[in-house]
Amino acid sequence: MERVLSIIFIYILVENFVLHRFFGICPFLGVSRKMETAVGMSMAVVFVMTMATLVTWLLYSFVLIPYNLEYLQIVTFILVIASLVQLVEITLRKISPTLYQGLGIFLPLITTNCAIMAVALLAVREEFTLVEAVVFGVAASLGFSLALILMAGIRERLEMAKLPEALEGSAITLITAGILSLAFLGFSGMLSL
Amino acid sequence: MKESNVYVQDLSRGIIKENPVFRLLLGMCPVLGVTAFLINGLGMGLAATAVLIASNVVVASLKNFIPAQVRIPVFIVIIATFVTIIEMILQAFQPALYDALGVFVPLIVVNCMILGRAEAFASKKPILRSLVDGIGVGIGFTLALGILSLVREVLGQGTILGPEPENTIHLFGEAFEPMGLFAQPPGAFIALGLLLAITNIIFKKYNL
Repeated sequence: MERVLSIIFIYILVENFVLHRFFGICPFLGVSRKMETAVGMSMAVVFVMTMATLVTWLLYSFVLIPYNLEYLQIVTFILVIASLVQLVEITLRKISPTLYQGLGIFLPLITTNCAIMAVALLAVREEFTLVEAVVFGVAASLGFSLALILMAGIRERLEMAKLPEALEGSAITLITAGILSLAFLGFSGMLSL
Repeated sequence: MKESNVYVQDLSRGIIKENPVFRLLLGMCPVLGVTAFLINGLGMGLAATAVLIASNVVVASLKNFIPAQVRIPVFIVIIATFVTIIEMILQAFQPALYDALGVFVPLIVVNCMILGRAEAFASKKPILRSLVDGIGVGIGFTLALGILSLVREVLGQGTILGPEPENTIHLFGEAFEPMGLFAQPPGAFIALGLLLAITNIIFKKYNL
């Protein structure tokens, strides 16, 4: 229990996936312009990341390891994630059209979100148990959402600010992310597994 | 003359006009994640370049056999195969670099720069042009990683060619106090943001 709680705390705050480990930078820079899209993307990521960790962990432990196929890890994981995203998309469209409307456009983008792949790979590398792996997936995705939503809030206000020409666009976004990351650095060393 | 011009254009486009890092902001995770040391940055750049060139050539040669509806999964499998090969090569011949790059080596597979080139260029153009394009974009990516990691290592550690103690060159005297911020995660964001601002000015001034 203690270990599970520390996984949650570590991957939301101490080793935030975006601001400390640099996973999922593309969506972090790409969809953080508006709060609405940031929230939509976050929900889609929480959903897919949790499921992806579960499925890849089961596949790795019960198929790849028993048959000595560890070298197929990368190919298997990326295929699982790509098909999982498709599956989620199709099921959502049937079951809950409203939710699909909200998440729909973000789902295809998630396939190349490296945070998802990173969670799957790290869950195996850190030798987590099944429960720990799923908790890790949830915590990592919540950390991602936290960073994305904070960033969207800042960028909405930054829109009004007058900037030097050279800093406009991505440059100021990255520097803002740096300052945000600096704030999260305050948590570093508080807890480790 | 005109023939060779196409190749020169293909090569230079990836380096300046469509530089994946400074211009398009593609594949940013490894750019920020492994650039605390120059060696790691260049190693990452070369590994990604190797995958990019190989996948570009294979996609270009198979483009007539890949059905349009399933092209993205096919590209992903091709890329994943080459990433697996590169991972094994690094693990066998460069174990120190492999450990330093960590999970970012298998993550080359989700680097949108590589998938982007496969989809936007290699799946439409001849093999030789795709090869040249892969080399150009690869050089652009490696160059950007090299510049960022050089800045971060010099400011953050005061050394070049670390972290192996026998290769490390200390640039400044004993009294030098490095700016630790640039070795830490926030420094990566800030250094890249400032580099982007500088390259924006340069590109604008010389109309590149």
